[in-house]
Amino acid sequence: MSIFGEVPQADPVAVFKLTADFREDQNPSKVNLGVGAYRTDEGQPWVLPVVRKVEKMIADDHSLNHEYLPILGLPEFRSSSSKIALGEDSPAIKDNRVGAVQCLGGTGALKIGAEFLRRWYNGTDNTKTPVYVSAPTWENHNAVFSNAGFEDIRPYKYWDAGKRGLDLQGFLGDLESAPDHSIFVLHACAHNPTGTDPTQDQWKQIAVVMKRKSLFAFFDSAYQGFASGNLDKDAWAVRYFVSQGFELFCAQSFSKNFGLYNERVGNLTVVAKDQDNLNRVLSQMEKIVRITWSNPPSQGARLVAITLNTPELFAEWKDNVKTMADRVLLMRAQLKEKLKALGTPGTWEHITEQIGMFSFTGLNPKQVEYLVKEKHIYLMASGRINMCGLTTKNIDYVAESIHEAVTTVQ
Amino acid sequence: MNSEFRERQPIGVKNLSKHGHTTWLPPVRKIKQQISTDPTLTPEYTHILGIPEFTRRATQLALGKDSPAIVESRVFGIQTVGCTGAVRLGAELLRSCYCSSSSWTHVFISLSFLEDSLAGTFKAAGIEDVQYYRYWDAESNGVCVENMLYDLENAPEQCVVVLFASGHRPTGAELSQEDWKRVAEVMKRQLFAFFLMSAQGLCSGSLEQDAWPVRHCVSLGLELLCAQSFSHNFGLYGERVGHLLCVLKQNLLAVQSQAEKLVQTLWSCPPMEGARVVATVLSNPAHLESVKAIAERCMLIRERLRERLRLLGGPWQWDHIIKPGGLYCCFGLNTQQVDFLVQKKHIYLLPNGCLNVSAINSRNLDYVAESIHQALSSKR
Repeated sequence: MSIFGEVPQADPVAVFKLTADFREDQNPSKVNLGVGAYRTDEGQPWVLPVVRKVEKMIADDHSLNHEYLPILGLPEFRSSSSKIALGEDSPAIKDNRVGAVQCLGGTGALKIGAEFLRRWYNGTDNTKTPVYVSAPTWENHNAVFSNAGFEDIRPYKYWDAGKRGLDLQGFLGDLESAPDHSIFVLHACAHNPTGTDPTQDQWKQIAVVMKRKSLFAFFDSAYQGFASGNLDKDAWAVRYFVSQGFELFCAQSFSKNFGLYNERVGNLTVVAKDQDNLNRVLSQMEKIVRITWSNPPSQGARLVAITLNTPELFAEWKDNVKTMADRVLLMRAQLKEKLKALGTPGTWEHITEQIGMFSFTGLNPKQVEYLVKEKHIYLMASGRINMCGLTTKNIDYVAESIHEAVTTVQ
Repeated sequence: MNSEFRERQPIGVKNLSKHGHTTWLPPVRKIKQQISTDPTLTPEYTHILGIPEFTRRATQLALGKDSPAIVESRVFGIQTVGCTGAVRLGAELLRSCYCSSSSWTHVFISLSFLEDSLAGTFKAAGIEDVQYYRYWDAESNGVCVENMLYDLENAPEQCVVVLFASGHRPTGAELSQEDWKRVAEVMKRQLFAFFLMSAQGLCSGSLEQDAWPVRHCVSLGLELLCAQSFSHNFGLYGERVGHLLCVLKQNLLAVQSQAEKLVQTLWSCPPMEGARVVATVLSNPAHLESVKAIAERCMLIRERLRERLRLLGGPWQWDHIIKPGGLYCCFGLNTQQVDFLVQKKHIYLLPNGCLNVSAINSRNLDYVAESIHQALSSKR
């Protein structure tokens, strides 16, 4: 008898199952609008030219040692990454109250932040402290916080399906009714999966309520630079909150904007009231890292640190990022144009109003099923599409197929 | 005192070359260069459970290609973030899967004077009840297997026991194959084996011999987990290359699916670079010869250290230095003696006088030996 005899089969992760199904599909017109990774116009993954360059530099550098990184990670990576999020001239950095932990991708950063908050945020047992995630949100948010020990994970209103935009009143209402000191997971930019961000003015309203009720801001920043093509613009919300005196966490991922998906490069930026508080927080985070992965992998962090800290490479990277963002913007514009030209019922402004990799098309589950089964176009059941999956070669087919789905399937 | 020796002498944790630096296995640099210029490699997310080529090879390395478990498809592997990541994931898997069907709650770890991160890792995964079995015996400067067996025989049924294949950290003390057979018999009575194999190939110089305890348990039909590290034997410390091996009797796909869920909450998917290097090295038997060279160097240092200490005189026995293989060695020093070495002689070693022999080289051997001799003579 196996001790594992009673273990139930877990459901597969939806987005990976989608890609697996896509791979098995033999139809020549198939299109993958599922998983969130950048693709070129040829439909291929893209190794950023600056990344290629720095990879080679690292491989040829005989002076590099191969030691364990410090538990909190490569120092020059941590500091330059936090600067990217908060700005070169951030007053908080100047006040020495910003620190960071190098983590295994954005997931790892959320994990360490969550584990810390559960132990130390508001008293020493936060298992009952409510954690709010947007409705909808990245499907892994729930699991990360729940596995870190939080028992009360609630949605806050976010997406208004009727008007295909932000439900600000609902959002503000949930902030007001949340118990004081609740934790809110905020998407810094390019909300996943809706692509809908609050405006600057709306962020200000959100911040006012959060300040008044001492709600904790835990930003998830996976697309900085990728959303608008401009790093500073994409970091506006985080920087605004810092300027309003919030102590906060920001989980940064370099998977998308560096194309380093499989090297797991992430950074948990911590903004505290002062250096003394910061040091104590980092000391506890160090203990948490030690019993999770001991110390982080060096390759990706080294690459990012060299790039961010070398002016010519930094400029080249910003350019590469803009290339990706621009292609996405182009596909958005073209898709909207084609749907309008086809006379597809409904409004399609949200395609260009939304930002980042994803678009919440507004297609219903039946229409999504039609696209997957009949047209071999793979998208999430929620109607989320990855704009990077569109190319000049397949955009007509996709537009026509969406038209068919909307007009023939209710 | 020669001022040269005032330098810090760290004798802690990592495998060091004769120049005192960590070093890659010789083929690694070339392989890394190949990877950096290979146009066919994409930056895509790895599979949640890791690079298939890596997990396949790591599994074969631990169990042997012809292992009945592999042949019968009763085993799967997960690429993890170092050995710590493997232990953490294994602990999470046990907590979520094992708990549900039994009244089990405990994990047994060998009593050790190292900082308690191993216990901390299990507790963080939700396994609160950590207890200890006796292992190192200060009197004999080795393992007291009778004590260990007694503690295991009296452990509650269905608890998890952490066992050390390829050398115990930090003492370096190991069990003979006869001892392992006796341990395995006890394990058969409903104890679950969680092996830590942190330096396969570095203890005896033979990859097969170091993995023998794991393979023996598998041959008896036991289910087990094994956390493997590729830090020491490949010098890939900073790359965090680890592997969690799962040998089951049945229900493989379901357990695998649960492991995937858990990985998602820890790191989503593992880092690629180091695992790719290891997979490449493991696919070429010639590369593995260099692992043997590390083990041989460690054995040579042990012999020279023993000789030096013997010549310095005194009532002490030194055979226990050469008995185990691998990186670690234990002198059973008390706190004042360790303090003396750190503060007065600038020799930084682990608690109880455990040290990493690879940090000793021709430049510091005499100094280290004399200092240990001094510590033992003056502060009993």
